[in-house]
Order: sequence, then C-alpha cells, then structure tokens
Amino acid sequence: MKRPLANVSARVRAERAHDGRAGPSMLLLDLLFMLTWREIAIKYKQSMMGFFWAILMPCLIVAAGLIVRVGMARLVGTPLALEHVAAIMVKSLPWAFIISALRFATSSLTSNSNLVTRANCPRIVFPLSSILSALFDFAIAALPLTIVLAVLGTPLTFQLLWVAPLLLLLVVLVSGFGIALATANLFYRDVKYIVEVLLMFAIFFTPVLYEADMLGEWRTWVLLNPFAPLLEGLYAAVVLGHTPDVLWIAYSAFVTLFVVSGAWLLFRRFEPSFADCI
Amino acid sequence: MTDVAIRFTGVSKRFRRGEMHDSLRDLLPSLARRVLRRTPSGTPEQRDFWALTDINLEVRHGETLGVIGHNGAGKSTMLKHLAGIMTPTRGRIDVRGRLSALIEVGAGFHPDLTGRENVFLSGVILGMSRAEVARKFEEIVEFAGLAPFIDTPVKRYSSGMFARLGFAVAAHLEPDILVIDEVLSVGDFVFQQKSLQKMRETAKGGATVIFVSHNLKAVSDLCRRTVLLDRGSIVADGPTGNIIQTYLSRERSKLKDTRDVDVEITEVQLCRDGKQAVRFHSGEDASVHVTFTARRTSERVAVVIAVLNEGLEDVFNTSSERLGSPPLSLSVGQSCSVTFDLKMHLAVGTFHLGVYLYRYDLERAFDRALPAATFFVDADRDVRGAANLYPIVRAVELECSSRAPGAVDPSAVGSQRDGVIDLGAAGVRG
Repeated sequence: MKRPLANVSARVRAERAHDGRAGPSMLLLDLLFMLTWREIAIKYKQSMMGFFWAILMPCLIVAAGLIVRVGMARLVGTPLALEHVAAIMVKSLPWAFIISALRFATSSLTSNSNLVTRANCPRIVFPLSSILSALFDFAIAALPLTIVLAVLGTPLTFQLLWVAPLLLLLVVLVSGFGIALATANLFYRDVKYIVEVLLMFAIFFTPVLYEADMLGEWRTWVLLNPFAPLLEGLYAAVVLGHTPDVLWIAYSAFVTLFVVSGAWLLFRRFEPSFADCI
Repeated sequence: MTDVAIRFTGVSKRFRRGEMHDSLRDLLPSLARRVLRRTPSGTPEQRDFWALTDINLEVRHGETLGVIGHNGAGKSTMLKHLAGIMTPTRGRIDVRGRLSALIEVGAGFHPDLTGRENVFLSGVILGMSRAEVARKFEEIVEFAGLAPFIDTPVKRYSSGMFARLGFAVAAHLEPDILVIDEVLSVGDFVFQQKSLQKMRETAKGGATVIFVSHNLKAVSDLCRRTVLLDRGSIVADGPTGNIIQTYLSRERSKLKDTRDVDVEITEVQLCRDGKQAVRFHSGEDASVHVTFTARRTSERVAVVIAVLNEGLEDVFNTSSERLGSPPLSLSVGQSCSVTFDLKMHLAVGTFHLGVYLYRYDLERAFDRALPAATFFVDADRDVRGAANLYPIVRAVELECSSRAPGAVDPSAVGSQRDGVIDLGAAGVRG
C-alpha cells in the first residue's frame, strides 16, 4: 500500500536521468542551491547590516562567555589568559551555527507548507537548505574570527587540518537532528517551542563557555553530549595546537551516523503523508 | 501498452475528518485518556472521508485530458496524487516521463526577491535546472511582458503581473507530462489567450497535458478528452463536448425548479447540422429545439429564447410570437416542439442559452430554463464583446496638411491634439 508513490518518483527520476536533460542529482543540487540562496538573500536583503547580522549572534555568545569567565577568574584568583578568550571564540562560532541551524531546520517544512502541498520537489531540501544557510553565516563570521585568532597569536600547526573533518561531522550531526525535528514539527507544531527551550539550556550542558577538563570527574558526562567532543576537538586543534581526543571524536562520529540514518529513515517513512498532515 | 503516460489503478484516498492532534500538548492527554478509559473517539468509519474512490484512468502520451467537476469533487486531490505530492491510500499510480505540476502560480516566489531572482527560484522548484532557466530566461521574461520590471521586487508587482510571471516560468518547462490546476484564469484577456496558445503548442509538441479548470471554454479549447469527477469518482469519461454537456445537464437538473408548473420545458437542444454541439464558429448556422409538455390545459404559450453573455446579460432575445408564429394551445399531457434557426454572429467567448415559456397577454411565465445550454464561440479574427460585425481594416497614410483653421481632414484631429498638449505643458510651466 505504501509502495506506489515510491514507484512514481523513482520512475520519474530514472526517466529524467537518461533523456538528455539534467540528471536527478544535478536537479537536486540546483534546488538545494536556490533554496539556500533564497534563505540567505532574504536575510541579507531585509537588513541593511547583513554581514553584521551573521556575526551578531556569535559576538553575543562570546560576550556572555567573557563575563562568565572573568567572574570565574576573579573568584579563583587566577588572571584570565588570552588562550581562554580564544577558546570561547573558537567554540562560540560553531555553537551559534548549531543553534540557528536547528532552529531554522525545525520549522523549515512548516514554513514552506505551500511548497510542501503544491510542488513536487523532494522535501528533504527544505531542512537541508536551512542548515546550509546557517553554515553560510558561519563562514561569514569565520573570516573576522581568523583575523582575531591571528592577532591573538594562535599557533599555526598541522593540527589545524582537523578543522575540516570536525566541521563536516558537526554539519552532518546537525543535519540529522534538523531533519528529524523538521519531520516531528510537521506533525506536532509545539516541537518548535520545545526545541527553543532545549537550545536555551543546552549551553549549560555543552562545553562552549567552559572547557570539559574544568569539570574534573564530570568531564565524561559532558562529553557524552555528541556535540561536546567536536567543540573540544576544535578547541584542542585550533587554540592549543594539540591532537584532539580521537576516541571521543570516534564516539561522536558513531552517534552522528546513528542520528543521521535514524533521521533519514524517519523522514522517508513519513514523507508520503506530509501533504495530508501539514 | 507502451504509449500509456499515466495510469491510475483503483486509486482511493482517505482523509481523516474531525479532530487531528497537531500538537504534543493535545496528543499526550488524549493518549493518556485512551489508555485509561479505552473509549475510542468515534468509530473510524465516521471520521473517515474518501476524497477519491476507486479511480481508474489511462492517459496516452500526447493526449490532452480535461478534468471538470464541482468544488470538492476531488479534482485537485487527483492532481496532487498524479504529481506525487500525495500518496494514495489504496491503488497505484504509474507515470512515465518527466512530469511538471503547476498547481499554484508563482509557487516558491518570495515577495522580497526581484522578478529575475524569482524566475530562477520558481523554475528550479518546478523541476528545471539552473542552466535551463538561464537559457530560457529572456524568453520567459518576454512572454510575461515584464522586461522593464524584472529587477523590481515582486512585492511591488500587481497581482496580475505576479501571476503572469509565475505562469511564464511554468509555460517554459517543456515536460513530457504537464499537470495544470486552474491557473489559466490569471491575467487579462490577451494574456489568457497567449497562455492557452502556449499550452496548445506544448500539447502539439507531443506532451501529455492534464488540465483542471472551472473554465469550461478553456477546457473545450484545449482538451479532446475530458473526465467528469463527482464526489471522488469518475462519473463520465469521453470526448470533451459530450462530457461538458453531461456536466451542464447534471447541473441543471440540480437547479431544476421543482415547483408545480402548467407547462414544463422537457428538453432543450442546441444543434449544428442536427447534432448537439457546444462549440460554434462565429457566423455558423445553429438551431435550438425546445420541447415542452403541458401538465394542465394551457393556452397561448409562446417560446422565448435568449442568448446571454458570461455575466448573464442579455445580448439577444426573441420569441416564437414576435417572429410571427401563432401561440400554441395545449391540452393535458400534450407535447410540443419549437425550433429556431439561428446564425451565430457572435464574438469570441462563452454564452448561455436561456429558454422561457411565456403568455404575452397575461404577462405570465410558465416555465424557464436558464442556462438551458452553454456554448463557446470561436472566430478567425479577434473580435470581443457580444457581436461579430466581421470587421475589415484599411489604413491609409495621409500627407501632412497645413494647419489652416477649419481644415476638415483627419490630420486636423492631430493638430488639435497637439494644441491640447501645448496647453497642458503651458499649464505645468505656469
């Protein structure tokens, strides 16, 4: 009973592939590109300060982190090292990406409801384009961060090569959560609010404003959060110039694989009833 | 078998009616209630609503199929299944070829983006690649007639401009199968004609076209075959003219005055060469046969026929009595038939035929049928309004004459107009 539609789309896609026009994966990429571009264009057009917009959120997180860290330094009696400032910056930027990507992805299907019910394009592009547009903001904000880090005198080592795989893992992990949350929010509209609340408190359970090592024996518990080893890894590779904790990163990669495949199955299972239930 | 583009096999679609849990806040308490009390809220049969029931349909490659029916008959639901937007509850749908669905004009348009940006966005959403849109961009803009405004955000567009741009993108899709839902009603007359022409070209190019519309004229212009949907089932399938007649007669029987009448109109036929027809060429011969039966003995019955335009305004009327045919007297159960021969000197458009039975001396109507028939008129020249006066145009270039006062030749009008403009300019200056 569930199969027929799959037959339709599979066949349509297959026929598209060999009729001399653009293949299905090419069309999907174009669609993803245009939708991502739409998100970015709208955001940057509506505000005169598009560039500023991308770095506002990370700046606020960094500011909050500095206040906390200055307070803690006073309490303990040790001065705040530049290294700590760099640490906060390096971790705030990905954190800002995680928050905005998850927030936009969660409502991506419902905010495009007219396309979900009236256009026959693959729906997976809606959460994915929200995540990619958040990634664009991240890239924009990464430019000034690079300059600041250079000024602060961060070591230039081969460990920086870790940045690429760590960010890739991060994006894939966020995509997994984003796809699952978008699906859930289509059926239950209050998922969006639950996500907001969770994101607000998640900063306490993720080593953004602090380092996992500062927690002593609780370190393990914090690192069980799959985002934590990735952020800690970025901190180690960029700020300290050390090799990240490979075991914990393997753990993150495993969770990522699990989350992404689960989200994909969930999405595939419920996609046929999207138009009925939205 | 290989030339079948679309096949519906026993397709049914069930929607759940009534309360739907669309938030966890509602879902959790109701789950708890169900576990505790074990009382289902209404049997499933009561809450179900079948939007489509057992649709079987085959459409060949290159065929143009119209889908007509009431609001809520299941037309859009059927199209959404065809486009793969919805999944059938039962049955299967096979589609062979690249399918493009135009269910909403300007799908994916964002008001803050410019026309140019939206053309790309919408084109890609409808299934073109970016390269394809880029290649056809000039053509699309020219078709929409929006070249001067293409870099303006579409929120500044009028609704007509918005719709034109949306349709222009869709018209350049070049799919194997084009699915269109009620979008030809956008834009002004000229744009509608242009759109229809474009769709005809698409169909001639070998594409399969599935066209849903309330505009029966558009369906009859475009489609050779039509299916009539009613309450989720196909109730009629065949040549468009016949199906439109079936549809209209079903409509009429629903509207039919059931009140007691002395003389009842039992049948009205609009014919060409003795066969019922819905499409006429301007100037063609047509005949109207009116049959009526007396319920009671009635005297001095005259038949009035009227042609009305789409807005139901009279553009022509006459009666048997005014044409010199003596009024009829009928005894109980007696039937009579009156025929009017007409020449359809009408302009292009949709017209309705109204029939009345009337007694002139008492100014009393026995029965009426409105519309008794609906028909469409084509012409080989672009004439609008109600009548076709068979215009022929001649233009002659005249020499410029002097501006002598009192000159009575066409150029004098021009010089007068010049004067007006001068005055206006002077007014602005002062």
